Amino acid sequence: MKRYSKTLWVFWSASISAEMEYRANFALAALSSLASLGGGLFALWALLRTEYAMNGWSFNQALIVVGIYTMLDGLQQTLLAPNRQQISEFVRQGTLDFVLLKPIDSQFWLSARKVSIWGVPNIFLGLGLIFYAASFRLEPAVQPVNYFYLLVPLTAGIMIYYALGYLLSTLTIWFTKLANITHAMHALLEAGRYPIAAYPGAYRVFFTFVLPVAFMTTVPADVLLGRGEVAWVLGGLAIAGVLMITARLFWRYALRFYTSASS
Amino acid sequence: MSRAFFNVYYALMTTYRAEIFFWAIATSLPLIMMGIWVQAGASGAFEGFTSVDAARYFIAVFVIRQLTICWVIYEFEFNVVSGRLSAWLLHPVDPSWRFIMMHVGEQATRMPFSILFIGLSLFIFPEALWGAGNEGPWLPQWWRVLLAIGCGYLAFLLRFLIQYTTAMFAFWIERVSALDAINMLPYIFLSGMIVPIQTLPPALQEVILWTPFPYMLWFPAMLIAAPPEAMPIELIIRGLITIACWLGAFLLVSRALWKRGLHHYSAMGA
Repeated sequence: MKRYSKTLWVFWSASISAEMEYRANFALAALSSLASLGGGLFALWALLRTEYAMNGWSFNQALIVVGIYTMLDGLQQTLLAPNRQQISEFVRQGTLDFVLLKPIDSQFWLSARKVSIWGVPNIFLGLGLIFYAASFRLEPAVQPVNYFYLLVPLTAGIMIYYALGYLLSTLTIWFTKLANITHAMHALLEAGRYPIAAYPGAYRVFFTFVLPVAFMTTVPADVLLGRGEVAWVLGGLAIAGVLMITARLFWRYALRFYTSASS
Repeated sequence: MSRAFFNVYYALMTTYRAEIFFWAIATSLPLIMMGIWVQAGASGAFEGFTSVDAARYFIAVFVIRQLTICWVIYEFEFNVVSGRLSAWLLHPVDPSWRFIMMHVGEQATRMPFSILFIGLSLFIFPEALWGAGNEGPWLPQWWRVLLAIGCGYLAFLLRFLIQYTTAMFAFWIERVSALDAINMLPYIFLSGMIVPIQTLPPALQEVILWTPFPYMLWFPAMLIAAPPEAMPIELIIRGLITIACWLGAFLLVSRALWKRGLHHYSAMGA
């Protein structure tokens, strides 16, 4: 365990100093995160500016969903996306061999090697929006202790995000060129910008059981609002656990089919 | 010659079918938004925008989106940074033509997947076809459909030119694809992909209609999806003129930048 945390420290400090080369791009990323949040709020306003009730979600309540979405998106841009993008590159060039030979778990290496500062603005914007909406816009403001409870479904959400991404990346062992799988997953997860109650029945089933977006943004938002249900939180944790184990087993299975390049 | 290009790129793209399938998913945001707005339309809070209108609108947006996918900026950046462009400059044909045919080839490969998704959404919302209550079946006038497809390709050209214009900066700066994020944002929010522009307050609609963005999705989609009264001839003519002006402007700028950039490129001795 200690070896892993030490390795993680080396990995992250190395990749942050590499990224510091592109400081100007960071300003650009911050600007585009801000604009993207602005666009998201515009879309929400366009939907709720009339008397449309969205199944009991007010504008201020829905803001919390947008905040959680933004923060999760920032986390995945920082921790998950840079690693996911490499896997397909490794498989295509056959350089995955070098990773497999290292005296460290290959899934750990492939999931934690890189960290990117690009998502940091989104993390802070998301946190800011959650706090602003929950403590200043809502009447009455949410109980401070709910921020603490929020950590549980949020952790489940992050685990689901990671495991789904890793499962999909594993497919590259067979399909080789799947760099855009990140885009595909990201596009579907955009459904999480809105509370799940805003969708028609068929969509709700899909986003709960097939692609568990509901557990990533709606369930945490409900918990923060103090109306979360234990069954949903536990369900989220269970799905997170199952997906993590599946991702692990699937990776082990896939490696048996890895033939390296030109061999 | 364009036929040869098409065959080459179609063959290339079909090799990576699996990836193209994921592109089709990646561009299905209109179908997610369809869910949100069908639900909103059912509440009756939006005047003249029922859930049937919403379903038809977003299916049409999806169709036009499939015709207008464009990633030339990434392709161009790669070719400049890796120096591959040099070889293409020796060919007696402008590289932009090659890029266009690359997109057309990819589009042809993506077509079966797109049709699958359209079928799926019609299966989820059969009301879009037959109508519910007094809307009647979905039967747009034939000339509007033809015009919409034509405008869809104009929209592709507009997106292509905007990206190509931005891509020209690759001659001067390294990571030009980061600039595309800035293009992308107004495109996502003002093109009608997320918010149907006809549901916005009239003053705001008027402002948006002066920008190039609604003509990339909303305008062609409305030709297919909206009842004729919502899309009168004056609006169509205004739209066509606006598209032509934006196309002309970006064509001039991109050609000027291409000429200057090329000098800069050869000066680097690549």
